[in-house]
Amino acid sequence: MQRTPLAETHEALGAKMVDFAGWYMPVQYSGIIDEHRAVRNAAGLFDLGHMGQVDVSGPDALAFLQYVASNDVSLIGPGDAQYALLCFPDGGVIDDIIIYRRPSGVGFFVVINAGNKDRDVAWFHEQREKRSDLDVTVNHISDETGMLAIQGPKALEIVSGLSSVDLSDMKSMSCRETEIAGIPCLAGRTGYTGEDGWEFYCPIAQVGELWNALLEAGKPHGLQPIGLGARDTLRLEARMPLYGNELSEEINPLEAGLSWAVKLNKDDFIGRDALIAAKEAGITRRTVGFKMVERGGVPRSHYDVAVDGKTIGFVTSGTASPTLGENIGLALIDKQYAGVGKPLDIIVRGKPVRAEQIKMPFYKRES
Amino acid sequence: MAVPKDYKFTKTHEWVKVDGDIATIGITEFAQSELGDITYLELPSAGTALNQSEPFGVVESVKAASDVYAPISGEVIEENNAAIDAPESVNAAPFTDAWLVKVRISDASQLDSLMDADAYEKLVAESGGH
Repeated sequence: MQRTPLAETHEALGAKMVDFAGWYMPVQYSGIIDEHRAVRNAAGLFDLGHMGQVDVSGPDALAFLQYVASNDVSLIGPGDAQYALLCFPDGGVIDDIIIYRRPSGVGFFVVINAGNKDRDVAWFHEQREKRSDLDVTVNHISDETGMLAIQGPKALEIVSGLSSVDLSDMKSMSCRETEIAGIPCLAGRTGYTGEDGWEFYCPIAQVGELWNALLEAGKPHGLQPIGLGARDTLRLEARMPLYGNELSEEINPLEAGLSWAVKLNKDDFIGRDALIAAKEAGITRRTVGFKMVERGGVPRSHYDVAVDGKTIGFVTSGTASPTLGENIGLALIDKQYAGVGKPLDIIVRGKPVRAEQIKMPFYKRES
Repeated sequence: MAVPKDYKFTKTHEWVKVDGDIATIGITEFAQSELGDITYLELPSAGTALNQSEPFGVVESVKAASDVYAPISGEVIEENNAAIDAPESVNAAPFTDAWLVKVRISDASQLDSLMDADAYEKLVAESGGH
Protein backbone atom coordinates (compact mmCIF):
# COMPACT_ATOMS: atom_id res chain seq x y z
CA MET A 1 0.00 0.00 0.00
CA GLN A 2 1.11 3.54 -0.69
CA ARG A 3 1.35 5.97 2.20
CA THR A 4 0.97 9.72 2.28
CA PRO A 5 3.52 11.68 4.36
CA LEU A 6 0.80 11.91 7.04
CA ALA A 7 0.20 8.18 7.59
CA GLU A 8 1.96 8.14 10.99
CA THR A 9 0.23 11.36 11.99
CA HIS A 10 -3.14 9.70 11.41
CA GLU A 11 -2.11 6.66 13.44
CA ALA A 12 -1.00 8.91 16.28
CA LEU A 13 -4.38 10.67 16.15
CA GLY A 14 -6.05 7.28 16.66
CA ALA A 15 -7.45 6.91 13.15
CA LYS A 16 -8.77 3.62 11.87
CA MET A 17 -6.72 3.02 8.73
CA VAL A 18 -7.91 1.19 5.62
CA ASP A 19 -6.78 0.36 2.11
CA PHE A 20 -8.45 2.85 -0.22
CA ALA A 21 -7.55 2.51 -3.91
CA GLY A 22 -4.20 1.08 -2.85
CA TRP A 23 -3.54 3.84 -0.30
CA TYR A 24 -3.21 3.47 3.47
CA MET A 25 -5.77 6.11 4.51
CA PRO A 26 -7.78 7.14 7.59
CA VAL A 27 -11.43 6.07 7.30
CA GLN A 28 -12.36 7.63 10.64
CA TYR A 29 -10.91 9.21 13.78
CA SER A 30 -13.60 9.98 16.38
CA GLY A 31 -16.40 8.40 14.31
CA ILE A 32 -18.13 9.16 11.02
CA ILE A 33 -21.17 10.93 12.48
CA ASP A 34 -19.10 13.06 14.86
CA GLU A 35 -16.69 14.05 12.09
CA HIS A 36 -19.53 14.74 9.67
CA ARG A 37 -21.14 17.12 12.18
CA ALA A 38 -17.82 18.84 12.85
CA VAL A 39 -17.58 19.74 9.15
CA ARG A 40 -21.20 20.94 8.98
CA ASN A 41 -20.97 22.96 12.20
CA ALA A 42 -17.32 24.02 12.52
CA ALA A 43 -14.55 22.70 10.25
CA GLY A 44 -12.69 19.57 9.21
CA LEU A 45 -9.21 18.84 7.91
CA PHE A 46 -8.69 16.16 5.26
CA ASP A 47 -5.51 14.45 4.04
CA LEU A 48 -6.06 14.05 0.30
CA GLY A 49 -2.59 12.78 -0.48
CA HIS A 50 -4.06 9.87 -2.41
CA MET A 51 -5.51 12.19 -5.07
CA GLY A 52 -3.51 12.84 -8.24
CA GLN A 53 -2.39 15.99 -10.00
CA VAL A 54 -1.37 16.64 -13.58
CA ASP A 55 0.21 19.83 -14.88
CA VAL A 56 -0.79 20.76 -18.43
CA SER A 57 1.22 23.56 -20.01
CA GLY A 58 2.47 24.87 -23.34
CA PRO A 59 0.96 27.17 -25.97
CA ASP A 60 -1.79 24.66 -26.82
CA ALA A 61 -2.65 23.57 -23.28
CA LEU A 62 -6.14 25.03 -23.58
CA ALA A 63 -6.80 23.38 -26.95
CA PHE A 64 -5.60 20.06 -25.55
CA LEU A 65 -7.87 20.24 -22.49
CA GLN A 66 -10.78 21.28 -24.71
CA TYR A 67 -10.19 18.06 -26.62
CA VAL A 68 -10.00 15.68 -23.63
CA ALA A 69 -12.47 17.31 -21.23
CA SER A 70 -16.26 17.58 -21.51
CA ASN A 71 -16.71 21.09 -20.11
CA ASP A 72 -15.86 24.33 -21.90
CA VAL A 73 -12.35 24.98 -20.63
CA SER A 74 -12.15 28.27 -22.53
CA LEU A 75 -14.57 29.70 -19.94
CA ILE A 76 -11.99 29.29 -17.17
CA GLY A 77 -10.25 32.59 -16.58
CA PRO A 78 -6.91 32.91 -14.80
CA GLY A 79 -7.41 31.78 -11.23
CA ASP A 80 -10.68 29.97 -11.94
CA ALA A 81 -11.57 26.32 -11.50
CA GLN A 82 -14.01 24.06 -13.30
CA TYR A 83 -15.51 20.60 -12.90
CA ALA A 84 -15.32 18.38 -15.99
CA LEU A 85 -15.34 14.78 -17.15
CA LEU A 86 -12.90 12.74 -19.15
CA CYS A 87 -14.88 10.50 -21.48
CA PHE A 88 -14.13 7.55 -23.68
CA PRO A 89 -15.14 7.86 -27.35
CA ASP A 90 -18.35 5.96 -26.49
CA GLY A 91 -19.32 8.56 -23.89
CA GLY A 92 -18.58 6.41 -20.86
CA VAL A 93 -16.67 8.21 -18.13
CA ILE A 94 -12.95 7.70 -17.45
CA ASP A 95 -12.88 10.08 -14.50
CA ASP A 96 -14.27 13.29 -13.12
CA ILE A 97 -11.74 16.05 -12.61
CA ILE A 98 -11.22 19.60 -11.42
CA ILE A 99 -9.29 21.87 -13.79
CA TYR A 100 -7.61 24.92 -12.25
CA ARG A 101 -6.24 27.59 -14.55
CA ARG A 102 -3.19 28.91 -12.79
CA PRO A 103 -3.65 32.45 -11.40
CA SER A 104 -0.81 33.66 -13.66
CA GLY A 105 -2.99 32.57 -16.58
CA VAL A 106 -0.21 30.31 -17.81
CA GLY A 107 -0.89 26.59 -17.67
CA PHE A 108 -3.46 24.36 -16.00
CA PHE A 109 -3.45 22.14 -12.94
CA VAL A 110 -5.75 19.11 -13.10
CA VAL A 111 -6.86 17.07 -10.08
CA ILE A 112 -7.77 13.43 -10.67
CA ASN A 113 -9.10 10.59 -8.52
CA ALA A 114 -6.79 8.17 -6.69
CA GLY A 115 -8.39 5.06 -8.13
CA ASN A 116 -8.05 6.27 -11.72
CA LYS A 117 -4.67 7.93 -11.47
CA ASP A 118 -2.61 5.57 -13.61
CA ARG A 119 -5.31 5.22 -16.23
CA ASP A 120 -5.90 8.98 -16.44
CA VAL A 121 -2.21 9.76 -16.79
CA ALA A 122 -1.79 7.11 -19.50
CA TRP A 123 -4.86 8.54 -21.24
CA PHE A 124 -3.48 12.09 -21.15
CA HIS A 125 -0.18 10.89 -22.64
CA GLU A 126 -1.88 8.79 -25.28
CA GLN A 127 -4.02 11.72 -26.40
CA ARG A 128 -1.04 14.06 -26.37
CA GLU A 129 0.77 11.70 -28.74
CA LYS A 130 -2.29 11.42 -30.97
CA ARG A 131 -2.60 15.18 -31.11
CA SER A 132 0.93 15.82 -32.33
CA ASP A 133 -0.46 18.98 -33.93
CA LEU A 134 -0.68 20.50 -30.46
CA ASP A 135 2.27 21.97 -28.58
CA VAL A 136 1.47 20.81 -25.06
CA THR A 137 3.35 19.31 -22.13
CA VAL A 138 1.67 16.91 -19.70
CA ASN A 139 3.45 16.33 -16.40
CA HIS A 140 2.24 13.90 -13.77
CA ILE A 141 3.09 15.70 -10.50
CA SER A 142 1.26 13.62 -7.87
CA ASP A 143 4.51 12.44 -6.27
CA GLU A 144 5.72 15.96 -5.62
CA THR A 145 2.36 17.50 -4.65
CA GLY A 146 0.81 17.51 -1.19
CA MET A 147 -2.97 17.99 -0.98
CA LEU A 148 -5.08 18.89 2.06
CA ALA A 149 -8.59 20.25 2.38
CA ILE A 150 -10.16 22.37 5.09
CA GLN A 151 -13.94 22.51 4.89
CA GLY A 152 -16.72 23.95 7.00
CA PRO A 153 -18.24 27.24 8.13
CA LYS A 154 -15.16 28.05 10.25
CA ALA A 155 -12.67 27.38 7.43
CA LEU A 156 -12.42 31.04 6.41
CA GLU A 157 -11.69 32.22 9.94
CA ILE A 158 -9.03 29.53 10.37
CA VAL A 159 -7.18 30.09 7.09
CA SER A 160 -7.40 33.89 7.39
CA GLY A 161 -5.07 33.82 10.37
CA LEU A 162 -2.47 31.81 8.46
CA SER A 163 -2.57 33.09 4.89
CA SER A 164 -0.10 35.66 3.53
CA VAL A 165 -2.77 37.04 1.19
CA ASP A 166 -6.45 37.70 1.76
CA LEU A 167 -8.53 34.68 0.74
CA SER A 168 -11.90 35.99 1.93
CA ASP A 169 -12.87 37.58 -1.39
CA MET A 170 -12.22 34.43 -3.44
CA LYS A 171 -15.21 33.14 -5.38
CA SER A 172 -16.27 29.55 -5.07
CA MET A 173 -14.46 27.55 -7.81
CA SER A 174 -11.42 29.79 -7.99
CA CYS A 175 -7.77 29.53 -6.97
CA ARG A 176 -5.03 31.80 -5.71
CA GLU A 177 -1.33 31.54 -4.86
CA THR A 178 -0.58 32.16 -1.20
CA GLU A 179 1.55 31.08 1.72
CA ILE A 180 -0.15 29.27 4.55
CA ALA A 181 2.01 29.41 7.68
CA GLY A 182 4.91 30.28 5.38
CA ILE A 183 4.31 27.29 3.08
CA PRO A 184 3.74 28.11 -0.60
CA CYS A 185 0.33 26.81 -1.67
CA LEU A 186 -2.07 26.93 -4.52
CA ALA A 187 -5.36 27.53 -2.68
CA GLY A 188 -8.54 26.40 -4.43
CA ARG A 189 -11.89 27.49 -3.01
CA THR A 190 -13.18 24.07 -3.88
CA GLY A 191 -14.18 20.93 -2.05
CA TYR A 192 -16.25 17.82 -1.79
CA THR A 193 -18.49 18.41 1.21
CA GLY A 194 -21.10 21.03 0.34
CA GLU A 195 -19.43 23.48 2.72
CA ASP A 196 -17.27 26.52 2.14
CA GLY A 197 -13.58 25.75 2.28
CA TRP A 198 -10.28 25.29 0.52
CA GLU A 199 -8.15 22.64 -1.02
CA PHE A 200 -4.43 23.37 -0.69
CA TYR A 201 -1.68 22.08 -2.96
CA CYS A 202 1.87 22.45 -1.65
CA PRO A 203 5.32 20.86 -2.06
CA ILE A 204 4.95 17.35 -0.69
CA ALA A 205 7.87 17.76 1.73
CA GLN A 206 5.91 20.48 3.54
CA VAL A 207 2.48 18.86 3.72
CA GLY A 208 3.10 17.60 7.26
CA GLU A 209 3.97 21.09 8.39
CA LEU A 210 0.87 22.47 6.66
CA TRP A 211 -1.33 19.86 8.34
CA ASN A 212 0.05 20.70 11.79
CA ALA A 213 -0.31 24.46 11.26
CA LEU A 214 -3.95 24.11 10.17
CA LEU A 215 -4.86 21.64 12.90
CA GLU A 216 -3.27 23.81 15.59
CA ALA A 217 -4.86 27.05 14.36
CA GLY A 218 -8.20 25.34 13.91
CA LYS A 219 -8.52 23.63 17.29
CA PRO A 220 -10.01 26.66 19.07
CA HIS A 221 -12.62 26.78 16.29
CA GLY A 222 -13.61 23.13 16.62
CA LEU A 223 -11.57 21.85 13.66
CA GLN A 224 -11.23 18.08 13.61
CA PRO A 225 -9.37 15.67 11.33
CA ILE A 226 -11.84 13.93 9.01
CA GLY A 227 -11.57 10.46 7.48
CA LEU A 228 -12.81 9.04 4.22
CA GLY A 229 -16.00 7.73 5.87
CA ALA A 230 -17.34 11.20 6.61
CA ARG A 231 -15.94 12.50 3.33
CA ASP A 232 -18.34 10.10 1.64
CA THR A 233 -21.41 10.98 3.73
CA LEU A 234 -20.70 14.71 3.29
CA ARG A 235 -20.34 14.52 -0.48
CA LEU A 236 -23.45 12.35 -0.80
CA GLU A 237 -25.63 14.80 1.16
CA ALA A 238 -24.34 17.53 -1.18
CA ARG A 239 -25.16 15.24 -4.14
CA MET A 240 -21.63 15.22 -5.47
CA PRO A 241 -20.85 12.22 -7.65
CA LEU A 242 -18.29 9.58 -6.75
CA TYR A 243 -16.48 7.83 -9.57
CA GLY A 244 -17.26 4.11 -9.43
CA ASN A 245 -20.72 4.86 -7.98
CA GLU A 246 -22.57 7.58 -9.90
CA LEU A 247 -20.04 7.55 -12.75
CA SER A 248 -18.39 4.71 -14.58
CA GLU A 249 -17.44 3.41 -17.97
CA GLU A 250 -21.03 2.14 -18.26
CA ILE A 251 -22.77 5.33 -17.12
CA ASN A 252 -22.60 8.42 -19.28
CA PRO A 253 -22.60 11.90 -17.75
CA LEU A 254 -26.07 12.75 -19.10
CA GLU A 255 -27.52 9.78 -17.22
CA ALA A 256 -25.56 10.82 -14.14
CA GLY A 257 -27.26 14.22 -14.16
CA LEU A 258 -24.07 16.04 -15.09
CA SER A 259 -25.13 17.57 -18.41
CA TRP A 260 -24.19 20.98 -16.94
CA ALA A 261 -20.55 19.83 -17.17
CA VAL A 262 -20.89 18.57 -20.75
CA LYS A 263 -20.82 21.25 -23.45
CA LEU A 264 -22.00 19.47 -26.58
CA ASN A 265 -21.94 22.68 -28.59
CA LYS A 266 -18.24 23.40 -28.11
CA ASP A 267 -15.62 22.08 -30.55
CA ASP A 268 -14.93 18.39 -30.80
CA PHE A 269 -13.93 16.52 -27.67
CA ILE A 270 -13.51 12.85 -26.99
CA GLY A 271 -16.96 11.31 -26.48
CA ARG A 272 -18.86 14.25 -27.99
CA ASP A 273 -20.28 12.38 -30.98
CA ALA A 274 -21.47 9.49 -28.85
CA LEU A 275 -23.07 11.83 -26.31
CA ILE A 276 -24.84 13.83 -29.02
CA ALA A 277 -26.16 10.58 -30.50
CA ALA A 278 -27.27 9.39 -27.05
CA LYS A 279 -29.05 12.65 -26.40
CA GLU A 280 -30.80 12.55 -29.78
CA ALA A 281 -31.87 8.95 -29.25
CA GLY A 282 -33.21 9.98 -25.83
CA ILE A 283 -31.61 9.40 -22.46
CA THR A 284 -33.39 6.39 -20.96
CA ARG A 285 -31.94 6.40 -17.44
CA ARG A 286 -31.85 9.11 -14.82
CA THR A 287 -30.07 9.58 -11.52
CA VAL A 288 -32.58 10.36 -8.79
CA GLY A 289 -32.38 11.06 -5.07
CA PHE A 290 -34.49 9.19 -2.55
CA LYS A 291 -35.08 8.67 1.13
CA MET A 292 -36.33 5.50 2.78
CA VAL A 293 -39.83 5.94 4.17
CA GLU A 294 -40.05 2.48 5.69
CA ARG A 295 -37.74 0.88 8.25
CA GLY A 296 -35.68 -1.94 6.77
CA GLY A 297 -32.08 -0.90 6.45
CA VAL A 298 -29.63 1.49 4.90
CA PRO A 299 -29.54 1.65 1.07
CA ARG A 300 -26.16 0.64 -0.35
CA SER A 301 -24.45 0.88 -3.69
CA HIS A 302 -25.62 -1.81 -6.16
CA TYR A 303 -28.87 -2.68 -4.37
CA ASP A 304 -31.64 -3.22 -6.92
CA VAL A 305 -34.46 -0.71 -7.28
CA ALA A 306 -37.94 -1.94 -8.22
CA VAL A 307 -41.41 -0.59 -8.91
CA ASP A 308 -44.39 -2.97 -8.74
CA GLY A 309 -41.98 -5.89 -8.44
CA LYS A 310 -40.08 -5.03 -11.60
CA THR A 311 -36.40 -4.10 -11.43
CA ILE A 312 -35.96 -0.61 -12.89
CA GLY A 313 -32.44 0.30 -11.82
CA PHE A 314 -29.94 0.22 -8.98
CA VAL A 315 -28.66 2.28 -6.08
CA THR A 316 -25.44 4.10 -6.91
CA SER A 317 -24.76 5.44 -3.39
CA GLY A 318 -26.59 5.27 -0.10
CA THR A 319 -26.05 6.06 3.54
CA ALA A 320 -27.58 6.97 6.85
CA SER A 321 -27.50 10.76 6.50
CA PRO A 322 -26.18 12.35 9.70
CA THR A 323 -27.64 15.78 8.87
CA LEU A 324 -31.11 14.64 7.81
CA GLY A 325 -31.40 11.72 10.20
CA GLU A 326 -32.79 9.69 7.28
CA ASN A 327 -31.55 6.87 5.12
CA ILE A 328 -30.86 8.45 1.73
CA GLY A 329 -29.40 7.48 -1.59
CA LEU A 330 -28.96 8.06 -5.29
CA ALA A 331 -30.21 5.59 -7.86
CA LEU A 332 -29.89 5.21 -11.60
CA ILE A 333 -33.37 4.21 -12.83
CA ASP A 334 -35.47 4.00 -15.97
CA LYS A 335 -36.51 7.54 -16.74
CA GLN A 336 -40.26 6.87 -16.80
CA TYR A 337 -40.23 6.16 -13.06
CA ALA A 338 -38.29 9.30 -12.14
CA GLY A 339 -39.99 12.19 -10.39
CA VAL A 340 -39.95 13.87 -6.99
CA GLY A 341 -42.59 12.27 -4.77
CA LYS A 342 -42.77 9.04 -6.76
CA PRO A 343 -42.20 5.78 -4.90
CA LEU A 344 -39.38 3.27 -5.31
CA ASP A 345 -38.73 -0.05 -3.64
CA ILE A 346 -35.12 -0.55 -2.58
CA ILE A 347 -34.31 -4.25 -2.41
CA VAL A 348 -32.53 -4.68 0.92
CA ARG A 349 -31.34 -8.25 1.53
CA GLY A 350 -33.96 -9.61 -0.81
CA LYS A 351 -36.86 -7.61 0.62
CA PRO A 352 -38.45 -4.50 -0.93
CA VAL A 353 -38.28 -1.50 1.38
CA ARG A 354 -40.28 1.57 0.41
CA ALA A 355 -38.51 4.80 -0.57
CA GLU A 356 -39.69 8.10 -1.97
CA GLN A 357 -37.89 10.31 -4.47
CA ILE A 358 -36.92 13.66 -3.01
CA LYS A 359 -35.33 16.86 -4.23
CA MET A 360 -31.57 17.09 -4.52
CA PRO A 361 -29.19 18.11 -3.15
CA PHE A 362 -30.15 16.49 0.15
CA TYR A 363 -28.24 19.21 1.94
CA LYS A 364 -27.51 22.77 0.94
CA ARG A 365 -25.66 25.17 3.19
CA GLU A 366 -27.18 28.51 4.06
CA SER A 367 -25.22 31.21 2.28
CA MET B 1 -9.53 -4.75 26.19
CA ALA B 2 -11.35 -6.35 29.10
CA VAL B 3 -14.25 -8.63 28.22
CA PRO B 4 -16.71 -10.16 30.72
CA LYS B 5 -15.02 -13.24 32.17
CA ASP B 6 -18.22 -15.30 32.36
CA TYR B 7 -19.17 -14.83 28.68
CA LYS B 8 -18.29 -17.14 25.78
CA PHE B 9 -17.19 -15.82 22.40
CA THR B 10 -17.07 -16.62 18.69
CA LYS B 11 -14.27 -15.84 16.31
CA THR B 12 -16.78 -13.67 14.42
CA HIS B 13 -17.05 -11.42 17.52
CA GLU B 14 -20.39 -12.40 19.04
CA TRP B 15 -20.81 -13.17 22.73
CA VAL B 16 -23.11 -15.47 24.74
CA LYS B 17 -24.07 -15.26 28.37
CA VAL B 18 -25.74 -18.37 29.72
CA ASP B 19 -28.39 -18.37 32.43
CA GLY B 20 -29.87 -21.86 32.83
CA ASP B 21 -31.17 -22.87 29.43
CA ILE B 22 -31.41 -19.26 28.23
CA ALA B 23 -28.58 -17.64 26.31
CA THR B 24 -28.26 -13.90 25.76
CA ILE B 25 -26.40 -13.03 22.55
CA GLY B 26 -24.72 -9.83 21.46
CA ILE B 27 -21.73 -8.44 19.61
CA THR B 28 -18.47 -7.56 21.31
CA GLU B 29 -16.83 -4.25 22.09
CA PHE B 30 -14.28 -5.00 19.35
CA ALA B 31 -17.07 -5.66 16.83
CA GLN B 32 -18.87 -2.38 17.58
CA SER B 33 -15.61 -0.46 17.38
CA GLU B 34 -14.79 -2.01 14.00
CA LEU B 35 -18.28 -1.25 12.65
CA GLY B 36 -18.38 2.36 13.80
CA ASP B 37 -21.62 4.32 14.20
CA ILE B 38 -24.42 1.73 14.23
CA THR B 39 -27.67 2.92 12.64
CA TYR B 40 -29.86 -0.14 12.13
CA LEU B 41 -30.47 -3.61 13.56
CA GLU B 42 -32.31 -6.39 11.82
CA LEU B 43 -33.09 -9.13 14.34
CA PRO B 44 -35.25 -12.25 14.30
CA SER B 45 -38.43 -12.22 16.36
CA ALA B 46 -39.55 -14.71 18.99
CA GLY B 47 -40.05 -18.22 17.64
CA THR B 48 -37.29 -18.03 15.02
CA ALA B 49 -34.85 -20.94 15.05
CA LEU B 50 -31.15 -20.08 15.09
CA ASN B 51 -28.54 -22.49 13.78
CA GLN B 52 -25.03 -22.35 15.15
CA SER B 53 -22.58 -20.42 12.92
CA GLU B 54 -25.30 -19.23 10.55
CA PRO B 55 -26.22 -15.56 10.12
CA PHE B 56 -29.29 -14.59 12.16
CA GLY B 57 -29.32 -10.82 11.86
CA VAL B 58 -27.71 -7.75 10.41
CA VAL B 59 -26.01 -4.81 12.06
CA GLU B 60 -25.69 -1.75 9.85
CA SER B 61 -23.31 1.08 10.49
CA VAL B 62 -22.99 4.25 8.45
CA LYS B 63 -20.25 2.45 6.52
CA ALA B 64 -21.62 -1.03 5.84
CA ALA B 65 -24.04 -3.85 6.63
CA SER B 66 -22.60 -6.83 8.53
CA ASP B 67 -24.11 -10.21 9.29
CA VAL B 68 -24.26 -11.47 12.86
CA TYR B 69 -23.69 -15.20 13.36
CA ALA B 70 -25.40 -17.46 15.88
CA PRO B 71 -22.93 -18.66 18.50
CA ILE B 72 -25.25 -21.58 19.29
CA SER B 73 -28.48 -23.11 18.06
CA GLY B 74 -31.79 -22.38 19.74
CA GLU B 75 -35.15 -20.68 19.54
CA VAL B 76 -35.44 -16.93 19.91
CA ILE B 77 -37.57 -15.99 22.90
CA GLU B 78 -36.99 -12.24 22.75
CA GLU B 79 -35.31 -9.62 20.59
CA ASN B 80 -34.01 -6.42 22.17
CA ASN B 81 -36.56 -3.84 21.05
CA ALA B 82 -34.86 -1.07 23.01
CA ALA B 83 -31.69 -1.65 20.97
CA ILE B 84 -33.68 -1.82 17.73
CA ASP B 85 -35.19 1.57 18.56
CA ALA B 86 -31.80 3.03 19.53
CA PRO B 87 -29.16 1.22 17.45
CA GLU B 88 -26.43 3.56 18.69
CA SER B 89 -26.79 1.87 22.08
CA VAL B 90 -24.84 -1.05 20.59
CA ASN B 91 -21.86 1.29 20.30
CA ALA B 92 -22.28 2.45 23.87
CA ALA B 93 -23.08 -0.79 25.72
CA PRO B 94 -22.44 -3.85 23.53
CA PHE B 95 -21.83 -6.21 26.47
CA THR B 96 -24.75 -5.12 28.63
CA ASP B 97 -27.88 -3.13 27.73
CA ALA B 98 -27.53 -3.57 23.97
CA TRP B 99 -27.73 -7.35 23.76
CA LEU B 100 -29.41 -8.53 20.56
CA VAL B 101 -31.51 -11.64 21.24
CA LYS B 102 -32.28 -14.18 23.95
CA VAL B 103 -32.62 -17.79 22.90
CA ARG B 104 -33.63 -21.08 24.49
CA ILE B 105 -30.56 -23.26 24.07
CA SER B 106 -31.26 -26.43 22.11
CA ASP B 107 -27.88 -28.12 22.50
CA ALA B 108 -25.78 -27.01 25.46
CA SER B 109 -22.79 -29.04 24.26
CA GLN B 110 -22.29 -26.44 21.51
CA LEU B 111 -21.09 -24.05 24.20
CA ASP B 112 -17.90 -26.09 24.43
CA SER B 113 -16.96 -25.04 20.90
CA LEU B 114 -16.85 -21.36 21.91
CA MET B 115 -13.90 -19.36 23.21
CA ASP B 116 -13.53 -18.27 26.81
CA ALA B 117 -12.66 -14.68 27.68
CA ASP B 118 -8.89 -15.27 27.73
CA ALA B 119 -8.86 -16.94 24.32
CA TYR B 120 -11.06 -14.21 22.88
CA GLU B 121 -8.90 -11.40 24.27
CA LYS B 122 -5.93 -13.04 22.63
CA LEU B 123 -7.77 -13.22 19.29
CA VAL B 124 -8.63 -9.53 19.49
CA ALA B 125 -5.06 -8.59 20.37
CA GLU B 126 -3.88 -10.50 17.30
CA SER B 127 -6.48 -8.69 15.15
CA GLY B 128 -4.93 -5.37 16.11
CA GLY B 129 -7.50 -4.49 18.75
CA HIS B 130 -6.66 -3.44 22.28
